[in-house]
Amino acid sequence: MGSESVKVSTTQSGGRLTFHIAGELDHHGAGALMGRIEERIEALTPRDCVLDMRELTFMDSSGIAVIMRAYRRMNALGGRLFVENVQSQPLRVLDASGIDRMVNISTST
Amino acid sequence: MKEQNCVKIEFPSRSVNEGFARAAAAAFASQLDMTLTELGDLKTAVSEAVTNCIVHAYPDRLGPITMKLRILEPDTIEVQIKDRGRGIEDVERAREPLFTTGGEERSGMGFTIMESFTDTVKVRSRVGSGTTVTMRKKVSRRAATR
Repeated sequence: MGSESVKVSTTQSGGRLTFHIAGELDHHGAGALMGRIEERIEALTPRDCVLDMRELTFMDSSGIAVIMRAYRRMNALGGRLFVENVQSQPLRVLDASGIDRMVNISTST
Repeated sequence: MKEQNCVKIEFPSRSVNEGFARAAAAAFASQLDMTLTELGDLKTAVSEAVTNCIVHAYPDRLGPITMKLRILEPDTIEVQIKDRGRGIEDVERAREPLFTTGGEERSGMGFTIMESFTDTVKVRSRVGSGTTVTMRKKVSRRAATR
């Protein structure tokens, strides 16, 4: 994904599409990441979509916009979105935003 | 509050500089004995303020962003992010959660995050002249006086 400090790879198992997001997610890399997530969701129409944040070390509010966009796309498909393995700094941002009222969020195991 | 140390950095409003700004802020703040959580909070607040400049102050062009960091007695770090962009028409409204003029790529949570992660956030803005955001955060511990 060019010079962005956020990296993403995908895996699919059954109806579950997982995006493994690593590095630092800010406005600089958010646009390309959103595009990649939307493109894969639309191409594969998964039942469940997972944003795996185990290797995401930093996130600002740009990450909230990414999650919201993925949530809307999955909602439109009648599917579900899960945000998993969230590390401590991204979790503080998610907690401050109140997004956990809409999206299933779990911390690192 | 007495100033103990300060640094001033100016960079263009390229989005790649979001990462640079928070890394520079963290490097300067390392002389305070901050916890990892406090350091993460500082980096997040800086990232939000710099992103606001890039997205909202200079939507159609590159412009200068000035970041000034100060260590103040006792145990406080101050970050000032200043642009000379188009300014904010209604600061109160801009600070409301979920308000954004940045479209679907923005969450409208920038000021909310800055307010949550620092102790005070002051915003001065004039339409056509630019915006200055000044944040202060008291840290819980401190290394030996240098």
